[in-house]
Amino acid sequence: MYQYNDFDRAFLTERNRQFRAQVARRINGSLTEDEFRPLRLMNGLYLQLHAYMLRVAIPYGSLDPAKLRQLAMIAERWDKGYGHFTTRTNIQYNWPKLADVPDILDALAEVGMHAIQTSGNTIRNVTSDHFAGAAADELTDPRPVAELIRQWSTDHPEFQFLPRKFKIAVIASEADRAVMKSHDIGLRIVEQDGARGYQVWVGGGMGRTPMVAKLLRDFLPEADLLPYLEAVLATYNRMGRRDNKYKARVKITVHEHGLDAFCDEVEATFPARRAVFSGVDQEWLARIRSAFVTPTLSARDAAAYHVARDADPVFRAWTDTNVTPHKHADHGIVTISLKAHGQTPGDASASQMRLVADLAERYGHGDIRVSHAQNLVLPHVALADIPAVHGELRAAGLGTANIGLASDIIACPGMDYCALATARSIPVAQGIATRLDELKIEHEVGHLQIKISGCINACGHHHVGHIGILGLDRAGVENYQITLGGDPSETTAIGTRTGPGFAYDEIVPAVERLIFAYLDLREGPEETFLETYNRLGMPPFKSALYDQEARAHAAE
Amino acid sequence: MARQFTPKVVTGNALIEGDVVYLTVDDRWTRDLAEAELIIDEAEAEYRLLQAQARAAEVVGPYLADMRPGAHGPEPTHFREDFRRKGPSNLFHGKQAEGLSRG
Repeated sequence: MYQYNDFDRAFLTERNRQFRAQVARRINGSLTEDEFRPLRLMNGLYLQLHAYMLRVAIPYGSLDPAKLRQLAMIAERWDKGYGHFTTRTNIQYNWPKLADVPDILDALAEVGMHAIQTSGNTIRNVTSDHFAGAAADELTDPRPVAELIRQWSTDHPEFQFLPRKFKIAVIASEADRAVMKSHDIGLRIVEQDGARGYQVWVGGGMGRTPMVAKLLRDFLPEADLLPYLEAVLATYNRMGRRDNKYKARVKITVHEHGLDAFCDEVEATFPARRAVFSGVDQEWLARIRSAFVTPTLSARDAAAYHVARDADPVFRAWTDTNVTPHKHADHGIVTISLKAHGQTPGDASASQMRLVADLAERYGHGDIRVSHAQNLVLPHVALADIPAVHGELRAAGLGTANIGLASDIIACPGMDYCALATARSIPVAQGIATRLDELKIEHEVGHLQIKISGCINACGHHHVGHIGILGLDRAGVENYQITLGGDPSETTAIGTRTGPGFAYDEIVPAVERLIFAYLDLREGPEETFLETYNRLGMPPFKSALYDQEARAHAAE
Repeated sequence: MARQFTPKVVTGNALIEGDVVYLTVDDRWTRDLAEAELIIDEAEAEYRLLQAQARAAEVVGPYLADMRPGAHGPEPTHFREDFRRKGPSNLFHGKQAEGLSRG
């Protein structure tokens, strides 16, 4: 992966020195909170319900063992021994003290990490496919392009004060594992007549006005990427609304002006932007690419893997859900679930982080990913080594076999931590997963994505959950709305509300009724929850949720 | 008839630690809601908030939170304030772990 050069290190040292002085001036009273707040947010430091929260960027979710061990060290030395991985593939520390944050940032800089632009109205952490470099279906590894965008967007003077935050994702396959069409800009690397380029999607997003991104350019030549992005950002910077923060995202700009008018503005701006790019960005891209070479994977006999699968049903069940085919047939992509039943989705302890770092070093060519679904990934493991990896994961409480199943729930921190939340999310996720484990039905249920947000901002991606849950405050009581039919994949869709919401103690039984209704309604085990919903529509599920008869039946 | 005033406490987050603090009758910041001053007069509440806002080197974002009188001092009327005085519900961290909540 990309390693910082002298320029990167010098930049980060200077930024950290500045922030250390800013913290000192806040503590000695020279800066008011109003003056300090934008400075701390530029460095990823929030003030939440019970404490400060530091959000550290993990660019396109890529880590190496040194980075992950340093994240573990920080969790133990300055926090409560754990970290929380987020849907933007970042890590959040929930309990840092203000006076310690400069030391934490220095510790991050030692391994080439920082918290810059993880907040504020800037271009946020660029996300990508967590299987990048390993997926059999990719055209190329999308991460070099994500790294190019990271370097271009970090501290870009023109885009530090956008109307609102701005999120970019890059993928390189038809299958979308990065929720690309829910981004302000989604890029898909494509090939046309033998030439590489990009599909450019704009105006996707979740929040209070969810929208699926629209196609802005079906083929952008490779060398035009950065000037074109500048043209889009400059257009948004000029046309985007600053009078109402709820209407300030680019999705609203595109919606209000229309895609054609927005596109015309971008194309009118583009030539001048293009003219000032000398091509140095493409030279950089070539240099970045050389840092993202898929490791040389020697041929390995996979017999031990198949023997273990035949001998051990626990191992077989885990490989069924957590191992994905690799582009090299004798290797596998191992997804490590951070969704043990009843635990907090996305949390990992320092010792778990260290174990994953060790496993990556011993078996995984030093490569670790964070997925937007709040799990960790070892992208390159020889099939022959996977039984050993599984054994060590299990011993550390990381052997849960549920990737893509109903207990692999995305949940935002909700009102247990977040100052913006209107209801809790984590205990709802814990409750659903615990119930599924009691019923022992999730392997029978199969692929089902449940996503929970604790407020309308939708950090928990509820709009694109097959079952989405939104926690609200209704007259001083937690209330949970359900949406059905959302789809985070390449066939992106926004879910539809079922009807009235459910109280905190009713939401887990309501989800259970939906799952049993699906089992009754499906044509066979091969028809997923989403396919059944798309075939039959809302009525039978609505009936399962709200009809007194169905409720009485479920209570028996 | 004048609207009934809901009693208040002054609360915010400590500047260094970031944790939840409440203003006491004798102008201290306490971590324990039970020790907070329950203010039953609207004008007094506004005045106490102004005093708290002047202490920017100690506290961040002070505001008035609705409370009701209870056997052990002020009690939250809203679940958000109930979480603020205890800590998160998924992990035994925060005030509940520090013995600072009777909730």
